[in-house]
Amino acid sequence: MSQQLTKKNELDLPIRHKETKRQRTNVYFKKKVGWLFVIISIIAITIFNFYPMVQAFLLSFQSGMGGNLEYVGLANWKRLFGDPTFIAALTNTSIFLLIQVPLMIVLALFLSVLLNDPTLKFKSFFRIAIFLPCVTSLVAYSVIFKYLFGVDGIINQFLVKFGFATQAINFLADPFWAKVVIIVAITWRWTGYNMIFYLSALQNVDKSIYEAARIDGANAIQQFFQITVPMLKPIILFTSITSTIGTLQIFDEVVNITNGGPGNATISISQYIYNLSFKYTPDFGYASTVSYVIVILVVILSIIQFRVAGERK
Amino acid sequence: MKTFNRAMTYTFLSLAAIVSIFPFLWMIVSVTNKSVDVTQGRLLPGTHLIANLQKLFETVEIVPALINSTIIAVISTILTLLLASLAGYGFEMFQSRGKDFVFTILLLSMMIPFAAIMVPLYRMFGSVSDTMPLFGIDTLGAVILPTATTAFFIFFFRQNTKMFPKDLVEAGRIDGLSELGVFFRIYVPTMKTTYAAAAIITFMNSWNNYLWPLVILQSPEKRTIPLLISNLGSSYSPDYGVIMSAIVIATLPTALVFFLMQKHFVAGMMGSVKG
Repeated sequence: MSQQLTKKNELDLPIRHKETKRQRTNVYFKKKVGWLFVIISIIAITIFNFYPMVQAFLLSFQSGMGGNLEYVGLANWKRLFGDPTFIAALTNTSIFLLIQVPLMIVLALFLSVLLNDPTLKFKSFFRIAIFLPCVTSLVAYSVIFKYLFGVDGIINQFLVKFGFATQAINFLADPFWAKVVIIVAITWRWTGYNMIFYLSALQNVDKSIYEAARIDGANAIQQFFQITVPMLKPIILFTSITSTIGTLQIFDEVVNITNGGPGNATISISQYIYNLSFKYTPDFGYASTVSYVIVILVVILSIIQFRVAGERK
Repeated sequence: MKTFNRAMTYTFLSLAAIVSIFPFLWMIVSVTNKSVDVTQGRLLPGTHLIANLQKLFETVEIVPALINSTIIAVISTILTLLLASLAGYGFEMFQSRGKDFVFTILLLSMMIPFAAIMVPLYRMFGSVSDTMPLFGIDTLGAVILPTATTAFFIFFFRQNTKMFPKDLVEAGRIDGLSELGVFFRIYVPTMKTTYAAAAIITFMNSWNNYLWPLVILQSPEKRTIPLLISNLGSSYSPDYGVIMSAIVIATLPTALVFFLMQKHFVAGMMGSVKG
C-alpha cells in the first residue's frame, strides 16, 4: 500500500526528498561517531593484548634474573631444544591436544545430533545435565577430580568392586594414567559447552534436507557425514580452533590435579612458563621464549584447520 | 531396529548425563560428611553439614575471598558488557571504510595465548604500581583491567546486533536522541537477552579466573575463591569435608546464575551462531 502511494507521488518533491534522506540515514551514519563507539575497546585491546605480545617478543631475546635483563640474541631460542622440561611440556601439551580435542568434538557432535531429535523425551533434562560441568570453575572441578581419581577414591572403589581392576590404580602417580585423568577431566568440563554450539547450529538446518536424504535411502550414519557435518562445518571449525587454543594453554587442571607430575609427566607449556616466571628464579626472557612456542603453535594449527575446512568444500 | 536405536540413544544420553552430574552429586553429598568419609568416597548424606560449614568459616578466610571475587566479577561484567556492546554496535551499525579491517585485527587478539602476555602484563602493572596505586601489582584493579575488553564479546555483540531492528535507531533519532541516547535508551533495552547471555559468560569467566589472579595477587587477604580452593586442595593435612564445602560455596553463584538465566543463555548463544 505504502509503496503504491510513493509510486503515485513519484514527482511530488517534498515526499521524495524525505525518502532519500531516510534511506541515507539508514545505511550511512556519521563516521566519526561510529569510531567513538569502538575506540575504547581498540585502545584497551591494544594495551592489554597487542602491546604485551610485542613486549614478549622483545623479551624472548633477553635473559637475566627478574628485572636485570640484557639482550642475548638467540640464546633463549637455542636453549629450548636442549631443555628436557620444555620438551616434556611440549610433548604433554601435544598429547592432550591430539587426543582430547578430536575426542571431545566427535562426542559433542554425536550428543547434539541425538538431542536434536524432536521426538526425544527429557530433552531439556539431558541438555542441562550435559552442559552442567561448564558452570564449575576449573580449579574447583580439578580438585574434585583429584579426589575422585585418588588411590582410595571413588573411581578406584568402583573399578575394584565391579572387577575392572584387581587392585586400586594409583592414577595420579603413574605417568600414563595421570595423562589420561587430565584428558578425561578436560573432556568432562568442555563437551557440553561445544555441544550447545552444535545444537544451536543444528536448529538452523532445514529439516527437509534430511527428509529428502531419507527418501533417497541414506541411513543415519550417511546423513551424519553427508549432511550434518558439512552443514555444521563453520561451527565445527570455530569450536575446534577455540578448543585447540584452549588446550594449548591448559594450566588450571595440570596444576590442581597432578601439579605437573609425576616427574614432569603432565607438566604443560603454560605451567612451565608460570614456573619459569614466578616459581623458580624468575627468568622472564626465557619464559617469554617458551610462551612464543604457544603463539607459533596456535598460528600453525589455526592455519591447518582453516585449510582442512576449506578443502572439504 | 527402530526401538533398538531408541534404547541405545537413551542409554547413551543417560550415561552422559550421569557422568556429567555425578561429580556434582558427590560434591554436595560430601559437604555433609566427615573428612574420612569423603576420602573413602561415601555416597550417602551424613550429619556433618553444620560442623563442616562452621569449621570452614572459622579456619578458612572464605568470606574475604568471596568478597574479592564478587567485586572483581561484578566490575568485570559491567565493564565488559558496556565496552563490548558499544564496540559491537559500532562495528555493525556504522559504515566506514577500514572498519572491517580493524575488526579483523581485533579478532586476531582472540588467538593470543594468555601465557604469552602474562609476563609483560605483570611487568606493565609492576611499572605503574607507584604512580597508579589502584592498578599496581597485588590490586583488584590489575585483575580486572586486562579482562575487561575481549574481542570475543565484541564479536558476540556484533553478531547479535544483526538481528536488532534498525528502524528503531531512526525512530530514536527523529525523537531527538543523540547517538549515545539511541544506544542506551533503545539498543540496550531491546537487546536484554544478548546482555543476559554475555553477562552469564563474563561473570563465570571472571569468577573462575585462576592464572592471572595467581600471578598478580600476592597478599593472602587479596585472594580470590579459585586461589583459596587451589590452596586448600594442595595443603598437607586437608579436611576434605571443609574443602568440599568451600568448593560448593564457590560453585553456587555461577550455578545459580546459570539456572536463573538458562533460557536467555541458550537464546543468546543461538544469536551468536546464526551469523
